[in-house]
Amino acid sequence: MAEAIQDTHELVDTVLLEAVNLAIHWEMQHDENVVVLGEDVGSNGGVFRATDGLKQKFGFKRVMDTPLAEALIGGLAVGMSTQGLRPIAEIQFSGFIFPALEHLMCHAARMRNRTRGRLSCPMVLRAPYGGGIHAPEHHSESIEALMAHIPGLRVVIPSSPARAYGLLLAAIRDPDPVIFLEPKRVYRSSKQSYENNGEALPLDSCFTLRQGKDITLVSWGASIAETLQAADALAEHGIDAEVIDVASIKPLDMQTILISVARTGRCVIVHEAAKSFAVGAEIAAQVSEKCFLNLQAPVQRVAGFDTHMPYFQNEHYYMPNVQDILAAVDKSMKEE
Amino acid sequence: MKLSQSRVTEQGHVPLARFVIDWIQFLNEHGEWTQPRPDFATDEWLRDMYKHMVMTRVFDQKAIALQRTGQMGTYPSSLGQEAFATAIGIALQNEDVFVPYYRDHGTLLMRGYDMSDILAYWGGDERGSTTGPKQDLPLCVPIATQITHAAGAAAALKIKAQDNLVITTIGDGGTSKGDFFESLNVAGAWQLPLIVVVNNNQYAISVPREIQCGAKTLAQKAIGAGIHGVQVDGNDPMALYQALLEARQRIQQHKGATLIEAVTYRLGDHTTADDATRYRSNDEVKEAWLKDPVKRLQSLLASLNLWDEQREQDWQKQCAKSVDAAVKRYLAREPQQPAAMFDYLYEQWPEVMNEQLDLLIDKIDRMSSSH
Repeated sequence: MAEAIQDTHELVDTVLLEAVNLAIHWEMQHDENVVVLGEDVGSNGGVFRATDGLKQKFGFKRVMDTPLAEALIGGLAVGMSTQGLRPIAEIQFSGFIFPALEHLMCHAARMRNRTRGRLSCPMVLRAPYGGGIHAPEHHSESIEALMAHIPGLRVVIPSSPARAYGLLLAAIRDPDPVIFLEPKRVYRSSKQSYENNGEALPLDSCFTLRQGKDITLVSWGASIAETLQAADALAEHGIDAEVIDVASIKPLDMQTILISVARTGRCVIVHEAAKSFAVGAEIAAQVSEKCFLNLQAPVQRVAGFDTHMPYFQNEHYYMPNVQDILAAVDKSMKEE
Repeated sequence: MKLSQSRVTEQGHVPLARFVIDWIQFLNEHGEWTQPRPDFATDEWLRDMYKHMVMTRVFDQKAIALQRTGQMGTYPSSLGQEAFATAIGIALQNEDVFVPYYRDHGTLLMRGYDMSDILAYWGGDERGSTTGPKQDLPLCVPIATQITHAAGAAAALKIKAQDNLVITTIGDGGTSKGDFFESLNVAGAWQLPLIVVVNNNQYAISVPREIQCGAKTLAQKAIGAGIHGVQVDGNDPMALYQALLEARQRIQQHKGATLIEAVTYRLGDHTTADDATRYRSNDEVKEAWLKDPVKRLQSLLASLNLWDEQREQDWQKQCAKSVDAAVKRYLAREPQQPAAMFDYLYEQWPEVMNEQLDLLIDKIDRMSSSH
């Protein structure tokens, strides 16, 4: 990946993981206040290599291997960001984010409010998240709803290389704290062409990936892959599905979703996280509050179970797949 | 390698490290010198410290009275810890970063906080955290989290090659937390310009020091992190100031961070919501009053002919006047508008929040029309 990390302004063709690397590289090149910290982020380039080559290029003062202490990583980023730096902190897996979450919830998310704008925490906490890579226990959960429930944070989940690049740039430049969850199952699954030009994508906005008139499929992160496959399969059966990538989980752009559902009259939400109390539940609630009379069928949710993420031998039974989505669409389409 | 016989213990073990924790005190509880007067402690300095300590105490008494009369929320008293606060206040330079915990009113006053702002904070108004030096962090209510922020701030200063430093404070209970250890650890590993001052006031709410931690001193927690640790008499402002001076020097000489344990005693309750009589005896508190830092410094000043009854009365009056004026300003504040809860949630306003703001506006209308 080291050759890829050039500030080229040219078209690149990369996987999602390299897009993360390119975005950090770009921003470090253009803003000397941007620093990277976390365990293994330096010489090792991160356990997934998202920060590969950064230490060699920007030195240990800006790319800091921290002690193995997640609360510290979160707290250091809070302290650094109050003093004019823009830290990008990495937690190796989102399953280890909990000690750091106190700092996000009690401090980063509240600093601007608490000081009436005197101080703020422009920081990004990155973490690979989600299942599907045959990882050990505690490495596969989808905990975006926990974070989305915290006022004052932004929670962003890219689903493709180009959106990872543009959204991460936006997250780093955002004046408030952002949790950036990277769907590690699709870290290297497909390449995409985009311009490495430092252009950010908007936060707080959904992306409509495919337009359709019959049903709205809403998803984010790695599940977008299955959702798009399902839309292709539906097209073969003459069902025209609209696919929305939520991307910014918090603040949640319901407007895009509501406009779509009002038009299609049907909605299926797809996510890996446990079903109850999840982001899907929030979207379904808002659709029913604001779009009830446009609905031709109850909102369907395709999600993980309210169980612990099983060890990897059984994780494929837990994760939503294309058939699950098609079954939910079928149920929705049968309602009149 | 052949080891000399003297390095091997009777058990045949080879000592790799030994440590010593120094104790610093200039003034004993009777207001008498325990070692020669330090150079920094000029007549003016001593008088100045005393005045700050008395001002802190008068402020504290008034704050408690405001809470007791329903004019302020829960408040953590700093009674008996005035030397701790003022020594840190005087040691901090303007450009340093102060990362306080929640019992540092005396230091905040010396950092230029308006008294009425401190009252406002405890009176439930976010605007209370808006004054003071721009780089200082606001009061921290969760335990020990501020030490990691202080480490982060110190890392930022080091990255930016600035020569100011960070002073942070924590109670004895906070030293039991992981955040504390993690911060000391990184301060050692990264040679951070950081001074951590423990206010060992003997109780973490009701849990006394002796069952909080099995170590002889809290200062020795520095050893595992590879930083310097020292214990001082926290009721003697000269002792703490001396330790802070040495800590600054160590940072300037690239010798790294310091942990200072200042031994004090919390003469009041943990907060106004606490009743300390449930877990400690009157005799113990009575004995602690004998070590009162204010009384102690006053005795010294009197013995040096730097203070007398008239001066005391005048200064008490002056303090009462300042505090009363601050209370008036606090009570006369226009309350925050309800929509202020939305004002600083994000700098870049998410349009999607408009709906919730509208709900609040409706609620305000309903509530005002029902009155």
